[in-house]
Amino acid sequence: MFRAVLLVSLVMATGVASADPLPSGTAFQSENLKTQQADEAANPGMLWVSEGAELWGRRAGGAEKSCASCHNDASASMKGVATRYPKVDSGSGKLLNLEGRINLCRSEHQKTAAFEYESDELLALTAFVARQSAGMPIHAAIDGPAKPFYEKGRALFHQRQGQLNLSCAQCHVDNAGKSLRGDTISHGLGNGYPAYRLEWQTLGSLHRRLKSCSFGVRAVRFGYGSPEYLALELYLAARAKGVAVETPAIRP
Amino acid sequence: MALAKARVSMPAQARKGEIIEIKTLIRHRMETGYRVDSVGRNIPRYIVTRLSVTYAGDEIFQMDFTQGVSANPYVAFPARAAESGDLVFTWEDSEGEVTTVRKTLTVTD
Repeated sequence: MFRAVLLVSLVMATGVASADPLPSGTAFQSENLKTQQADEAANPGMLWVSEGAELWGRRAGGAEKSCASCHNDASASMKGVATRYPKVDSGSGKLLNLEGRINLCRSEHQKTAAFEYESDELLALTAFVARQSAGMPIHAAIDGPAKPFYEKGRALFHQRQGQLNLSCAQCHVDNAGKSLRGDTISHGLGNGYPAYRLEWQTLGSLHRRLKSCSFGVRAVRFGYGSPEYLALELYLAARAKGVAVETPAIRP
Repeated sequence: MALAKARVSMPAQARKGEIIEIKTLIRHRMETGYRVDSVGRNIPRYIVTRLSVTYAGDEIFQMDFTQGVSANPYVAFPARAAESGDLVFTWEDSEGEVTTVRKTLTVTD
């Protein structure tokens, strides 16, 4: 009995479910939205995925290379990649999400300027790359070089923030599945991003969503691609272990 | 813009007389004209005004849009396969920009 209590408290302390994956945010959507998300012909996020497919084959920069020049067919080379991000870059030791990896490729290999975060081009390529892993379970590494980033993300997730003095966990763990005004609080998984949010009427990155959350609790909004949001993204990916990638998901 | 702005999904083949479903999406802001920016200036209306579809040269579908339609409009409609031919989808917006997508339907007996 004591051992069971200890186990439960350990699981709660790490905040990561031990066995069953958490339900994706899609579980809380209406039947209409679920149908629209599943239908590639109706999901507006697919407009960005198509654009990403074109960008994949477009030569750019001093190296006159396209993504396809090195990575060939994305449906083979990028399959499963999104399930492993964010990931520590072995060269620089920095934590990179897909956006960061794409921009690193642009500067290192294509010899051209990075895409602006949240630009249509970066969203399109990110969504296209993530789409190649659709349906595959997320399993980002949180040990080894990723451990300090994971710990930082975990601390941020449980840190009370802003004028409302709320942590991420107080909504997305303690009250997940309950209503916040007209919305249902999700478990705060990033498995559908970049996602098409009806509120935005466009595709947006996970960091844009995190900024909305920070704003919601009247806290400091960190920057796009900031170390804080990257660490948080890794922690969310750890929470989403085993949950299928759904990019581009539709969210309210 | 050189990049694809629109997606059309429909079967490439159909039997004569068969009803097929055609689904279209176009990327467009669909700015209503009722909003103001951060300093209070009016954001001008900027919307898709019309979608027309021809099949083997004849117009089979036409729709006028208003500011009430959401961004990135999705339009689906059925059509009856009559003969092999091209379907040409043409969107026109309030700034006169035209986006065209051409698809071929092969009809078998």
